[in-house]
Amino acid sequence: MTRTLKWTLLAPYMLWLVVFVIIPIALIAWNSFFDLEGRLTLDNFVRFFSPTYLKMSFISIWYAFLITFISLLVAYPTAYVLSRTRHKQLLLLLIILPSWVNLLLKTYAFMGIFGMYGLVNAFLSLFGIPPQEILFTDFSFIFVSVYIFIPFMILPIYNAMEEMPRGLIEAAQDLGASQWTVLRRVIWPLTLDGVKTGIQAVFIPSLSLFMITRLIAGNRVITLGTAIEQHFLVTQDWGMGATIAVVLVAMMVLTMRFAQTTPKA
Amino acid sequence: MEAGGSRWLGRLYLIVMFIFLYVPIAYLIVYSFNAGGQMHHFSGFTLDWYRELFSDTRLLIIVLNTVIIALLSSAVATAIGTIGAIGLFFLMQRRVRESLITLNNVLIVNPDVVIGASFLILFTVLGIQLGFISVLIAHIAFSIPIVVLMVLPKLYEMPKTLIDAATDLGAPPRQVLTRVIIPFITPGMMAGFFMALTYSLDDFAVTFFVTGSGFSTLSVEIYSRARHGISLSINALSTILFGVTMLLVFGYYWISQRGLRRVALWVKR
Amino acid sequence: MQGILRLYVFVGIFVLLLWSTVGAVERYAYQATNDAIIVYNWGDYIDPDLISKFEEETGIRVIYQTFDSNEAMLAKIAQGGTPYDVAVPSEYAVSRMIAEDLLIPLDMKAIPNLKHIDPRFLNQSFDPHNRYSVPYFWGTVGIVYNKDVLGEGAITRWEDLWDASYRNSILLVDGAREIMGMALNSLGYSLNDTEVEHLLEAKAKLDELTPNVRAIVGDEIKFLLETDEATIGVVWSGDAAEIMSENEAFDYVIPEEGTNLWFDNFVIPKTARNVAGAHAFINFMLDAENAAMNAEYVGYATPNLAAHTYLPEYVTNDRRFYPDEVTQAKLEVYRDLGKVMLGRYNELFLEFKMHRK
Repeated sequence: MTRTLKWTLLAPYMLWLVVFVIIPIALIAWNSFFDLEGRLTLDNFVRFFSPTYLKMSFISIWYAFLITFISLLVAYPTAYVLSRTRHKQLLLLLIILPSWVNLLLKTYAFMGIFGMYGLVNAFLSLFGIPPQEILFTDFSFIFVSVYIFIPFMILPIYNAMEEMPRGLIEAAQDLGASQWTVLRRVIWPLTLDGVKTGIQAVFIPSLSLFMITRLIAGNRVITLGTAIEQHFLVTQDWGMGATIAVVLVAMMVLTMRFAQTTPKA
Repeated sequence: MEAGGSRWLGRLYLIVMFIFLYVPIAYLIVYSFNAGGQMHHFSGFTLDWYRELFSDTRLLIIVLNTVIIALLSSAVATAIGTIGAIGLFFLMQRRVRESLITLNNVLIVNPDVVIGASFLILFTVLGIQLGFISVLIAHIAFSIPIVVLMVLPKLYEMPKTLIDAATDLGAPPRQVLTRVIIPFITPGMMAGFFMALTYSLDDFAVTFFVTGSGFSTLSVEIYSRARHGISLSINALSTILFGVTMLLVFGYYWISQRGLRRVALWVKR
Repeated sequence: MQGILRLYVFVGIFVLLLWSTVGAVERYAYQATNDAIIVYNWGDYIDPDLISKFEEETGIRVIYQTFDSNEAMLAKIAQGGTPYDVAVPSEYAVSRMIAEDLLIPLDMKAIPNLKHIDPRFLNQSFDPHNRYSVPYFWGTVGIVYNKDVLGEGAITRWEDLWDASYRNSILLVDGAREIMGMALNSLGYSLNDTEVEHLLEAKAKLDELTPNVRAIVGDEIKFLLETDEATIGVVWSGDAAEIMSENEAFDYVIPEEGTNLWFDNFVIPKTARNVAGAHAFINFMLDAENAAMNAEYVGYATPNLAAHTYLPEYVTNDRRFYPDEVTQAKLEVYRDLGKVMLGRYNELFLEFKMHRK
């Protein structure tokens, strides 16, 4: 890999990085030092460390964690089974397809499905169960969030599974390993990188969810994203909004340190 | 290979998965035929919404623009993201590489509103006209990180011996790139492309902030209508888009299964 | 590499195809005309037939763009990226735009149809003498409740919402001023109150309401109430009208303690390029017949008195949506409280939302 080739490859990417990442971050960080009246101050950061925002941070992290964990639980077997079917590419595309339908539309559909007099409750009433409150609960919130993020978790894990040399599993089984051991000792370690990518692709964005918190959780769950959206649009307090954004970036850096993808030698 | 029992379990799991994914979509599609006018209380079958859709030229133009933006931005983002990932992969200094990757992910963690607002400021300062161009650039910009995120792991999985073998056989760096590396990471590129498509099609906030001159995408239009009620012609639209995409997906798959040899010959020429 | 190249070629061809289709559709739909205006309005807030009618009558092409919230619209207009000729902000947004010098004064001679507007809707506090704005639609904030389940006339005041028997039955709109205003009104204060003590009282009162509140939602509140997801909702009058037309069990009431009077208005931003065209558009919309046509389509209350002759009587006599003078005296228009105070309202509202766990 010659140096010139390497730098030509990196050039457009670096340009993008500078213009669309570094400059906006600088803008945001710059903004976080100003308050509503345009005065230079550290007030915003002080405000952030108040009970309200700290509580909000914990809530965001907690729900993001739950969503990521459950997505992983659901996506991993899916990716595994998928890599063993005959029409895997077709099925993979069919799994991604629903995510191209507009989110607001799907949310209205979910409201129709989970509503007091919606599909699920109609189904339950066949068994004599009275209408359950499904909407605006933790359950429906996490359910819909997982629904949204599933493709982002399935794809990288599926890719990792596809990379696995098949012979390895057969060899392990020939050596007398049980299904569970094969999973634990062979499959899991080899797909770990895919899992880590999936975790990053789900955890990081779910920290700043705000559309779904309003639509499905009825604002019973308030994330940092909710606060940012409010500050940027309603209060026009870009300073505070920027501060929270800075904190989100910090959280992201921490997440990445934790889920460090190790390059193979 | 596996016991028959676990094979059926796997199949069942996949079926449940598909039901889970498609129930809301089916709901949407069914209600696009609702004479009632809302997404609840199905009162009768009608094609009125489809008729209303086809007479709404503004909406049709918006749809076409949305697809154009999605395809173009994803294609460009995949290209830039892939070569960026490759460049990053071959970067020697680990510290620099890691910080660059961290920077890469900043856009993924930032809420759309922040991205939209900062891009708007950027475009205003740079004097870029708000409209198709600004939306396209913005979409490319926020799609690149996810492409990198999907391609990098594939690069890491690549056996080093592969490159060494190719170089030993006398291949110049450019050929190593196109004949060895890219084919290997193609699944990652495809994953990145489709994830970028998803990001672009679903985006509302960023597009809203950077658009102008009457240019709009479907997401912006739908969210704007939410205040006064989303007419079922949007359902009709989604149904048609969904149907078309299904056709394309099945069509592409059918071609790649059957006509592989014929297409390969055509490409070779 | 071949596979990737193949895909790119496919994508490229497909995009070119779509592009030419867009060009063809645009040429078919629009006559070539140099005269155009850019209108920035809420989604689905105008009868599309009226736009075509305007284009036919004047030959001016309408480029239509939509937004979903005042704040987003303000952000776009303040940045100045697009030269909007006409915009439709709500009243508090108008005061902000005037304060930030984003509007041009209206040329009264170019909009003679202004005389059709009911005089009691003119000269409001947010734009004295209507120098910059013309009312488009108006309404109130109130309570919509299921009269079949709760009983006819069960709710007449804000205070009624705090009744313990309404546990988990209320849906609130996601608006800081609306909800804080509701609490302030129920305590007898003005909804433009800026005294910190009163605000804290209001917030404490809201916390007491928490057990009754099922969720705080946005525009989907209409869908939810239509499907009987809850029996009580605090909504804008326009939403109430739609809910009631879809679900006859609901009734709308303007609370006795008073409430907010809102207006959506036509304004002309400073960045407008076709000022004459903008005035022509506004004048067109003020025409009695056109206003009536629009009111029928959109379903909100029109401030256009002359339009009433074209609207059915049961509509214009409906006191819930066209309140009499007595009730109107208790309605307050939002005053722009300034960024700092607004920030306070929002912070308290955010804390209220979080209190629920």
